[in-house]
Amino acid sequence: MLKHFTLDGKRIPFAEGQTIMDAAMAAGEYIPHLCHNPEFAPHGSCRVCTVKLNGRRVAACTAPALDGAEVENDTDELRDERRTLLQLLFIEGNHICPACDKSGNCQLQALAYYCGMTAPEFTHRYPLRPLDASHPDFVIDFNRCILCELCVRASRDADGKSVFAIHGRGIQAHLAIDSPSGKLGDSKLHKEDRAASVCPVGAILPKHTGYAVPIGERLYDRKPISVAGDVSDHRKDSS
Amino acid sequence: MSNKLRVATCSLAGCFGCHMSLLDIDDKIIALADKVEFDRTPLTDIKRIGRCDLGLVEGGVCNAENVEVLREFRRHCTTLVAVGACAINGGIPALRNHYPLQACLDEAYLHGLGVEHPQIPNDPELPLLLNKVHPIHEVVRIDHFLPGCPPSAETIWTFLEALLSGQPVEFTYRQIHYD
Amino acid sequence: MVHEPRSSNTPVPPRGEGLLRSLVAEQYRAGFISAARIQALTAERGLTRAHIEGVIDFYSFLHLEDVGRFRILFSDNIIERMQGNRALAEHLCRRLGSPLGEVRADGRVSIDYTSCIGMSDQGPSLLVNGHAIPSLDVETLDRIASRVEANTPLTEWPQEWFEIPLNIRKKGLLLANEHGDGDAVNALLSSSPTAILAKLEGAGLRGRGGAGFATAAKWRLCRDAPVTQPNQRVVICNADEGEPGTFKDRVLLQGYAERLFDGMTLCAGVIGADRGIVYLRGEYRYLLAPLQASLERRRRAGLLGRRIGGRAGFDFEIEIELGAGAYICGEESSLIESLEGKRGNPRNRPPFPVTRGYLGRPTVINNVATFIAAAMIAAREEGWFRGEGTEQSSGSKLLSIAGDCDHPGVYEYPFGTPIDQILEACGARQTQAVQIAGAAGHLLPPAQFDRTIAFEDVATGGSFMIFNESRDLLEVVRNFADFFAHESCGFCTPCRVGTTLIQQNLTKIGDGRGSRWDLETLRRIGALMRNTSQCGLGATAPSAMFDLLDHFEVVDKRLHSDEFEPAFDLDAALQEARQATGRDDPGAHL
Repeated sequence: MLKHFTLDGKRIPFAEGQTIMDAAMAAGEYIPHLCHNPEFAPHGSCRVCTVKLNGRRVAACTAPALDGAEVENDTDELRDERRTLLQLLFIEGNHICPACDKSGNCQLQALAYYCGMTAPEFTHRYPLRPLDASHPDFVIDFNRCILCELCVRASRDADGKSVFAIHGRGIQAHLAIDSPSGKLGDSKLHKEDRAASVCPVGAILPKHTGYAVPIGERLYDRKPISVAGDVSDHRKDSS
Repeated sequence: MSNKLRVATCSLAGCFGCHMSLLDIDDKIIALADKVEFDRTPLTDIKRIGRCDLGLVEGGVCNAENVEVLREFRRHCTTLVAVGACAINGGIPALRNHYPLQACLDEAYLHGLGVEHPQIPNDPELPLLLNKVHPIHEVVRIDHFLPGCPPSAETIWTFLEALLSGQPVEFTYRQIHYD
Repeated sequence: MVHEPRSSNTPVPPRGEGLLRSLVAEQYRAGFISAARIQALTAERGLTRAHIEGVIDFYSFLHLEDVGRFRILFSDNIIERMQGNRALAEHLCRRLGSPLGEVRADGRVSIDYTSCIGMSDQGPSLLVNGHAIPSLDVETLDRIASRVEANTPLTEWPQEWFEIPLNIRKKGLLLANEHGDGDAVNALLSSSPTAILAKLEGAGLRGRGGAGFATAAKWRLCRDAPVTQPNQRVVICNADEGEPGTFKDRVLLQGYAERLFDGMTLCAGVIGADRGIVYLRGEYRYLLAPLQASLERRRRAGLLGRRIGGRAGFDFEIEIELGAGAYICGEESSLIESLEGKRGNPRNRPPFPVTRGYLGRPTVINNVATFIAAAMIAAREEGWFRGEGTEQSSGSKLLSIAGDCDHPGVYEYPFGTPIDQILEACGARQTQAVQIAGAAGHLLPPAQFDRTIAFEDVATGGSFMIFNESRDLLEVVRNFADFFAHESCGFCTPCRVGTTLIQQNLTKIGDGRGSRWDLETLRRIGALMRNTSQCGLGATAPSAMFDLLDHFEVVDKRLHSDEFEPAFDLDAALQEARQATGRDDPGAHL
C-alpha cells in the first residue's frame, strides 16, 4: 500500500525507501536541485534542495520520505536560502557567463534564474584555477566547477574508472584527475563515458563544437528549469 | 523646476554595450524622455555629476579613476544601480584576474607581439590599475542589480517603469539572464 | 513495490580499511608520503592514486612533500595565543633560521601552527614529531633548538620535557571512585545484557560528548540491528577530542584507560560485537604506546581476546587507530569514513551508525567519558549515578577549564552546577565571558553565569574557556572563525563557502574596515549555515559569532562607520601598479 506525504499541500505518494526527491520527481513536482541526478546515488552536498520536513530542514535528495509528513518546498523563506546558496557558489568560483559556451544550458545559471538571483552580491573570491585542455575531446575549466561530484560519481559508479576525485579540504577542496600527470589527457576518460557528459555546469565541455545554438535560444533561455528539466534530460541538444 | 527623474549614467570597465541596450528600448525612449532628464552621461556630455535620483553604472572597477567616478555617483545618486554582467561580477574584464597585474602589464607594454619602445606607461594623467577587477558592489553600496550582457532593453524598461511608478521591481523569467 | 533505500554514502573502497594507518605510519617513518609509496599502495589496495592523494590532502598531518626531520607544530587555539604562543613560535623560527610554514633549506626542520592539541591548561605547547611538550618558555625552546641543530634523536631529548601532568583539580563521581580492571565485564558475566541495559537506562546515562543521546537506547538499537554473522557488530570509542580548549579525554586516556576498555568490552558483550576500535586523535599519538601496553595487560588477564572471562563466544578485540589532524573526524560518521580509508566527510543520515556503521556493520560510537561512566554504572548499585546531577542530566561532567583563571585543569562537577560557582572555584576574576563547549559552543556574558552545566541548560562536551575583561572578544571569535574555515571538510556549500566568508568579514571588522553592512552579511551567512549545513560543524560554526553580536558591544565599537565600507583595501589594491610604474604621486593613491 502506498504511503503519502504532502508537498506544499499536495499529496505525494511514495514507496518505502524513496527519498522526498524521488517521490516528488515521480509525481512530476519540482524541487530545485543541483548535485542531484536520479541516475546516480544521491549526494546531498549542494543543499539547494533543502526543504522543511515537519518544520525541520533536510536535503530532499537524501531524506527518506515519511508517511503523513508535511513538506514545505516552494516558500519565500526557502527560495531566499536557495538563492543565497547559489550566490555562494557564484562567488566561490569564476563564473563569467558571457564567456562560457554552457551559458543557457547551465543548471547553476538556470537555478539562479529560477530563484530570481539578480547578482551574487557577496565578495568574489576570484580563485586562481587552471584550465586543462590536454584531452583530445574535452576541456576542463576548473573555474566553473561547483563540486557536485557528478563526474566523480559517474566515473566511479557508471564507468568503473574513478577518473575523478576531490582533493584539498574546506575552501581549498577541488576536483582532481586520476592520471600520472594529473592531466585529463593522460587519464582513462573516454568520449563515450558517462562522466564526460554529466557535468551540469560548464566545467567539463566537449571540444570541436561551440555556440551551435545562439545565445538567447538555448534551453533555459526559453523555459525555466522547473519546466525544462535538468541538463541531463537534454543530453543531445545541450552540447 | 521639473519633477522629472534626474538620471546619470557612466561606463567604467565596460564596453558601452549596456548603454546601447538602454537606447534599444525603441519608441519607449520618447516616453522615457517625458519622465526623466539626464545629468552626467556619455549621451549628454555633461562632465560633472549633480544631485540625481538615479545612477546607472555599467562596467566593473578596474582602476583608480573607476573608483573615484563610482564614489561620486554614490554620493550624488539616491538610487544606484549596477547594470550588466561587468558591474555585477567583473565580467569579461575580470578574466585578467587570472594573472598578476605585473604579468598583464608586461604582456601589454613590454613583451607582447608588436610592442615597440617597450615601457610601462607611468604618466600621472593615467589612472593606475587595481590588482584585480572588482564588481561595483565591492566598492560602494548598490541598491539594484540589472543582470545581462547586456541586460535586455525590456529588463531596463521594466526596472525604470517600476522605479518611476514607485512599485517594487519584479522581473519576468526571461528578463533575468547573465549572458 | 518496495525499493531498497539507496545509500547516499560513498561506497567502501576496495581494501580501504587500514589505509589511514599505512599513511600515518609512512608519514612518521619517512617524513612524507612519496609518489613511489603511493604507487605501491595503489597496487596493493586497488585504489586510484587520485583517491589516495585526496585522502592525504584531507589530513593536516599527512604530506606529499618532506616536512623535515623535526616537525614542530605550535598549538594555536585562542588560549595558547593568550599564553603567548605566537611570540614563542617566532622566537624558535628565528633561532633555527626556519621560516614559519616552510621546511628549512637543509631539510632538518619545519615549524608551523596546528589546531588545539589538548594542552590549554599547560600551554603554550607544541608537538615535535607527534610528541607533546607543554609549558613552553624561551629557555626550553632554546634548548630544543640546540638539539634540533645537533640532530639529536627525540629519544635522547630530556624525557621530563615530555611529561604531562594530569592536572586534575577536582574529582567527583567518576574520578574519586575506584574501579577494578574487569569490574564491568564481571558485572555483565554475573548478570545479563538486558540487565545491564536496564541499569544504564535507570541511571539515565546520556552521551558525554554533548549531544546527550541516551546510551542505553543507542546500545539497544545496535543490539537489535540485524547482522549476517554472530557478533558482527562494532564498538568504537571516539577519542578524537578536537574541540579547542578541551583536554579531559587526554587525561582520561592517560590515567583511566582501563576503565575505558572495560566499558568498551562491556558494550561489546551487551550488543554482540567482536571488534572494538579506539579512534585516537593524531595529536595524542604519544599515548599510543601506553594504551597498547594497557590492552596487552588486559589480554593477559583474560579481559580481552577470545573467551573473555572464560565465557564461550565472548570474543572481543580492541585496536587503536590514529587520526591525522582533522577536527571533522570527531563527528561520528566522518570518523567511520576515515576508518574506511576515505576523506573524513560526514555521511548523510539515515542510516545511522547503529544500523549501518563501520563497513556497513551496526556500530556503537561513544566518547571516552561515556564508556567510563557505563563501566562504572554497570559495576555499582542502582541509583549510584542518579544520586548526582539533575532529573534530565544525571551524574557528573568533566570540564577542561582553561584561560583566565588561577587553576586551570580538569574539574569534575555534578550536572546542574552553576557557571559562577565553577568560575569561583578555579580562581577566575573580572570574567568578561566564558566560551562553553569549544569553538562550536556558546560565548556567555556574565548575565548568564547563573546558568548551569546540563543538557537542558548549557550543554557541553567539556571545553570551558575563560576570558577576563582585558581580552578582545572579537579576536577570540576570529580565532574560532579561522579554525572552522581551516577544519571545514568542504563537502557542502554553506559550510565550505560560509566559513570563509565569516572569517573574511570578521577580519575586515577586526582590521578596522568594517561597517554595519558587514554585520548584516555575517548574520545572513550564519543563519544559512545553521539552517542548511550537512552536519553539525557548519550548523554550529556561527554560534559564538551570533553570541558576540547579540550579547556584547565590542563589535559595534570596532566598526569603522555606519556607511558601507569597501570589501577590500582600495589603496593597497594599487600597490602592484605603483610598483610597476614607479609612481607615488597623489593620483597613485586612493
